[in-house]
Amino acid sequence: MEALLPYIWAGLLGLAVFIYIFLDGFDLGIGIMFPFANSDHDRDVMMTSVAPVWDGNETWLVLGGGGLFAVFPKAYAAMMPAVYMPIGFMLIALIFRGVAFEFRFSSTGILKRFWDQAFHWGSVVAAFSQGLILGALVQGIPLVDGRFQGGSFEWLTPFSFFTGCAVVWGYVLLGSTWLIMKTEGDLMAWSRKIAAFSTIIVIFCLIIVSLAVPLLDVAAADRWGIHYPEIDWQRMLPFVPIPLITVVLCWQLITSVFSKTTVLKPFLYSVGIFAMAYLGLVISFFPYIVPYSLTIEQAAASPDSQGILLVGAVILLPVILAYTAYIYWVFRGKVDMNAGYH
Amino acid sequence: MQESLDMLLLGRIQFAFVVSFHIIFPAFTIGLASYLAMLEGLWLKTNKDIYLILYRYWVKIFAISFGMGVVSGVVMSYQFGTNWSLFAEKTGNVLGPLLGYEVMTAFFLEASFLAIMLFGWNKVGRKLHFFSTCAVAVGTVISAFWILAANSWMHTPAGYEIRDGIFYTTSWSEVIFNPSFPYRFLHMVLAAYLTTAFVVVGTSALQILRGQQREAIVVMLKMGVLFIAIVAPLQLFIGHEHGINVHEHQPVKLAAMEGHWETHSGAPMIMFALPDQEAEKNHYELAVPKLGSLIVTHTLDGEIKGLKEWPASERPPVALVFWTFRIMVVLGMLMLLVAVWGIWLFWKGGLERQKNFLRLCVLMIPAGFLAVLSGWFTAEVGRQPYTVYGLLRTVDSVSPLTANSVGMSLIVFVFTYLIVFIAGIYYISKLIIDGPATQLGPISEMESKPRLSDRSSIGRQEV
Ligand code: HEM
Ligand code: HEM
Repeated sequence: MEALLPYIWAGLLGLAVFIYIFLDGFDLGIGIMFPFANSDHDRDVMMTSVAPVWDGNETWLVLGGGGLFAVFPKAYAAMMPAVYMPIGFMLIALIFRGVAFEFRFSSTGILKRFWDQAFHWGSVVAAFSQGLILGALVQGIPLVDGRFQGGSFEWLTPFSFFTGCAVVWGYVLLGSTWLIMKTEGDLMAWSRKIAAFSTIIVIFCLIIVSLAVPLLDVAAADRWGIHYPEIDWQRMLPFVPIPLITVVLCWQLITSVFSKTTVLKPFLYSVGIFAMAYLGLVISFFPYIVPYSLTIEQAAASPDSQGILLVGAVILLPVILAYTAYIYWVFRGKVDMNAGYH
Repeated sequence: MQESLDMLLLGRIQFAFVVSFHIIFPAFTIGLASYLAMLEGLWLKTNKDIYLILYRYWVKIFAISFGMGVVSGVVMSYQFGTNWSLFAEKTGNVLGPLLGYEVMTAFFLEASFLAIMLFGWNKVGRKLHFFSTCAVAVGTVISAFWILAANSWMHTPAGYEIRDGIFYTTSWSEVIFNPSFPYRFLHMVLAAYLTTAFVVVGTSALQILRGQQREAIVVMLKMGVLFIAIVAPLQLFIGHEHGINVHEHQPVKLAAMEGHWETHSGAPMIMFALPDQEAEKNHYELAVPKLGSLIVTHTLDGEIKGLKEWPASERPPVALVFWTFRIMVVLGMLMLLVAVWGIWLFWKGGLERQKNFLRLCVLMIPAGFLAVLSGWFTAEVGRQPYTVYGLLRTVDSVSPLTANSVGMSLIVFVFTYLIVFIAGIYYISKLIIDGPATQLGPISEMESKPRLSDRSSIGRQEV
């Protein structure tokens, strides 16, 4: 059991981060699309569609950060200074977009325009920074004696810039498919267009990242059995379902976006695509938690600490998932513009 | 070396700034959430409209404050890693699980049920709505429980052992219920309740002074004054016990709070002084003989150790601790004054007509916030030069960053928080000055379109 603890926790944290990505992903995506909507009324509907849930969604980010501190303190301590600036951008951006929900509701005229922009740019920068962090991780964080010794700008490379853009578009995909589910009429038609367009860009990004990861790191390439120009099919075979499922999901997504009757499926397929991409990254990183310097076992907190928190997690996480699901259920269906307290 | 010292100073300023900004909102929302739960409970029980009017009024203010609490809190949960990575690495085994439990038992509860509290009026029944308000209120207190356990452990560590410079726990119950935790937890929760009560009372007073003598406002004033009359004396008592606990476990902090350089038996109580860290003495001291010992040790000639018992490198910045402590205590006394005067007027009748009392209440609106901030400064600066008292120095806690990046991010944080704070104050003051609605309007001004829920809650149907 003790030997398994770090892996159980890596799994749970991985799950928490994934839940964060797809939940906050759609509400950030809505912020990114926000100024391009056709009317102020549409913008009101878009914001109202996520106003009840954004806070709960963001709590998964706190669980990701707090959880990393709790069960992999060495990874937390090594990683955070290495991505100090993008984390800072992300936090500041999240502040602006978070307060924009309340402030925008209470404003008119130029102030309302200001919080519109804060909501939009906050979402864009938060998404882009998360992409930068992802890019920095994929490229690996070199440590000396378990500590980060690099400069302030190691995270800034063409590749991380690219992953930044990729995450922005990925969130647009989630946001637009969420809107297909939550809205009607013109706004829904508009969302379908955005969804179709972002699907194409996301597919392109997936291809680029899938090709680049094995190029960037030998260990990751080896994991997939890729030794350009040769490929070790023995290694590759167990993982082949991942790209295959992704291709199927993309196809289904495109057809469902264009079908006039489906409302739920586009969102589910987008989440599916995110899940596959995430799984692909997990496979490339394993067993590292700070890519290619600190393994899950090396970074683990003492078994005692991981154990005491696991007891709580086993009981509490199902409860949290249950009431989160209940809340989404309460707010199911098309947006109700009459339910607020304002 | 110089570089890393600058970096340390900037890191401390940054942490102090972002956490001080954060605590302003919990100090208010912890109390307000409980107040809202009480209002809704009273409404359910008595069916009187005024409680619902008050609920609807305060819930708007709550939503803004809570939002600001959340976004500034998310920053906090990453600060430990970005700015105090060595601290995180060394204490992670002990503090990590406490923060993990905070997220799982409190943050999810608050954030999720907030959705129903704010947006669920037309979607769930009254009981479930009330349950959600209670869940949020309980969540805020649970959150305070865990974070204060973590913070108290840094002041009075217990239940740990150190191997290779890393802390490991030997007993979780000792870690959580460490010696200063019960005092700090009670003191902080009461502080939050007082802070809210003074905002509520001050708002009612303001409305009355502006000629708004409506029933809802008078009820709000009376409830608040009664509450303060109970809690302010309690806070004085707990604060006092807290001080005795500091004397026992962190004597050097107590010496700084009291401004004693020399060890005395029968120490005076210093009312005013300008402590001088270099010269190791006070200028312009004004003191009451023996009172210090009487308060702390309960005897006239009990011993209080002076700062000189410790080498200069072990002493916290005295003047800051000395003065922030005094600000808190003076504010506490003023709160007591409001309590006594208020109860007297209440008993005599005419609470809502005594103009001077009402003016004082308006002036006291920020009192809770100031007391909370000064209290935290006393406690945290008094712990210097350690992050974990006596065991881990602040110098050995800081991240290996450059002064440049910390300084830059500090500037950006200050700039951001300034904008957000000014905006927040603006929107909250607007609501406070507008005052509660005179009657129940529809839940939302926006187009109503009946759908989904046919259960009667308090939508248009009823009002
Ligand atoms: C919420 C109210 C709080 C306020 C206003 C506050 C205030 C401060 C201040 C002013 C400092 C700087 C002291 C100095 O460097 O001279 C500080 C340091 C620190 N505090 Fe707090 N604090 C609060 C709560 C907490 C909590 C709940 C924790 C941990 C669970 C915590 C952990 C720390 C750490 C790690 C440092 C940095 C190291 C140091 O300078 O000692 N604080 N805090
Ligand atoms: C009136 C008499 C009061 C006394 C004797 C008193 C005593 C104390 C003491 C001794 C500490 C320092 C604990 C430490 O250093 O670890 C403290 C901290 C603090 N005080 Fe007070 N206090 C009083 C009033 C208040 C009031 C009215 C408020 C707020 C409304 C308040 C809020 C705080 C806070 C937030 C802290 C920091 C957290 C903590 O250490 O508990 N205090 N108080």
